[in-house]
Amino acid sequence: MQAQPSELTLGPVLFNWEPESWRDFYFRIADESPIGTVYVGEVICFKRAPLFEPYLEAVAARLKAAGITVVRSTLAEVMSKQERKMIDDICAEPDVTVEANDGSALLRLRGRPHHAGPFVNVYNERTLAVLASNGVCNVCLPPEMPATAIRALAAQAPKLSVTLEAQVFGRLPLALSARCYHARAHGRTKDTCQFICNVDPDGMPLRTLEDKPFLTVNGVQTMSHDYLNLAGELADLQAMGVTRFRLSPHSCDMVQVAKIFRAVLDRRIDATEAGVRLDAIKIEAPFSNGFYYGKPGYHWNRPDMH
Amino acid sequence: MSEAQGYQRPELVCPAGTPAALRTAVDAGADAIYCGLQNETNARNFPGLNFTVAEVEQSLAYARARNAKLLLAVNTFPPAGKFELWRDAIDGAAKLGVDAVIVADMGVADYAARTHPDLRLHLSVQAGASSPEAIRFYCEQFGVKRVVLPRMLTVAEIAELHSQIPCEIEAFIFGNIGMMAEGRCSLSNYVTGESTNMDGVCSPAAAVHYEEDTERNLTTRLGEYVIDCFAGGESAGYPTICKGRYLCGVQQGGYYAFEEPVSLNLSALLPDLMRAGVTALKIEGRQRSRAYVKSVVGAFRKAVDDIMAGREAAFASLLALTEGRRETEGAFPSKRWR
Repeated sequence: MQAQPSELTLGPVLFNWEPESWRDFYFRIADESPIGTVYVGEVICFKRAPLFEPYLEAVAARLKAAGITVVRSTLAEVMSKQERKMIDDICAEPDVTVEANDGSALLRLRGRPHHAGPFVNVYNERTLAVLASNGVCNVCLPPEMPATAIRALAAQAPKLSVTLEAQVFGRLPLALSARCYHARAHGRTKDTCQFICNVDPDGMPLRTLEDKPFLTVNGVQTMSHDYLNLAGELADLQAMGVTRFRLSPHSCDMVQVAKIFRAVLDRRIDATEAGVRLDAIKIEAPFSNGFYYGKPGYHWNRPDMH
Repeated sequence: MSEAQGYQRPELVCPAGTPAALRTAVDAGADAIYCGLQNETNARNFPGLNFTVAEVEQSLAYARARNAKLLLAVNTFPPAGKFELWRDAIDGAAKLGVDAVIVADMGVADYAARTHPDLRLHLSVQAGASSPEAIRFYCEQFGVKRVVLPRMLTVAEIAELHSQIPCEIEAFIFGNIGMMAEGRCSLSNYVTGESTNMDGVCSPAAAVHYEEDTERNLTTRLGEYVIDCFAGGESAGYPTICKGRYLCGVQQGGYYAFEEPVSLNLSALLPDLMRAGVTALKIEGRQRSRAYVKSVVGAFRKAVDDIMAGREAAFASLLALTEGRRETEGAFPSKRWR
């Protein structure tokens, strides 16, 4: 199969960073990174959204000025009046492309071009067709999808004029809950949290009773401890017809991460060299790629062992 | 009388993992029974559980003869390339004339709605539709007639939701509760390689290990990961990731990071739920024994009838059946649970 042009994308910041660090992070992405599309907006907790609001416009402007496409992400869990209003407000903005992460955004966005995010369950051809007929033009796949299913879905996507996107770097989003586990760990509740999640820029580590690193708490979200790394699978994904590759932001040097993945996409370096360069970034967790192979998600099939 | 007090008579929806359990539930007073096929098309795909197509047919006849409904759960998410299995389940359900299919995947819902327009669709809790807009999306798109609500809403929120959606509400009232939003959890897949969404499996028994030391302390493990440790004599729960004990920087020793191993029991809130406009009350537990089904269904049958007749309902016998004999009202009474 002929390789199609590949685009590197940056998923929304999933953590509660200091608003100024958040702004500066995006400014640096705009100025220095080879990223084509950036997803911006609070996905995890409606209480955090107002913290970043003051900088949203400046961030979007800086990214656009750098030639980067900006897509607005919506909340993954929508239930309360405030959460519903957030969805309504974002979907009512003119000239903004929106990535839906729940059913309420899918309702609001019907009939105009929009994206379906990784928190929308798009597992098969028929679901893809339903969403495409509603106006979905890009789908970021659920991270647990194995290569066999991605391949089958990618075979149908061009007929529906939908591009497929896969997360290729960063902690795996594994679960959502109505309860905030950051607040719970600190003896608070979601209503009385005082934004305690801001002490953990990459999430709060959970270890097993054997002291083995296991999961990461990010407010109402539970993530993996390890970082997904599909640098070794990029060529496979490209050959299947996946055209967009998502990096999920962390506090490590994301500009460098983006440069490494861009170099692999362009065949300038191989996966082994990418591994060496990623190791040099000193990420304090191992890599994983198990889901891709239909294995437990934390498994790591080293690229040089394929 | 009771109708005048604002109560609607709710449908009691009960679980069945086997044809024998189904007959038990019908005999104990269930208005409707839900079950699944013996494959990954349903979210309780456990060995030794569930129905063949022939068993669904026989069970349907048994239920019909006793004025009970049969609902078939086809509530997982087919991965691309495997859609046929789910398509066959829907076709089979339509052919047999089950009273409704419970679906979660948009593709499965679309197939059912277009191919079998007379087949009644219920939206599974696995679809995770928690707002009026999300529920309306499924109603408008696929003609869904009833939504099974995620276990994250308070009774007050359910009452408000009722007036904003064009379909019936089914709410869980009793049984095992996972802590994570249904249909949005890959924890089991992360540890075992079997997916709740795609395979219908959570914490598969094959990945569960119990290790006892010389002092009779018991460690439970899922795959390679320790989920909990119990001192000698302490009753040990089944290792489910969201009910385990873990370590973190701000807690002394192991703590239940997500939730303690408790069961949902909303018996005290039944009148409130009935007043909130809930059409159907759902009991969890397709993996449970016939004896369990018999006592739980029987207790709730009596309670609903008592409430409808204006009598006080009694539930003491249910506590013994909750997991580790500890129970919770979960998110339902107030927002403080979150």
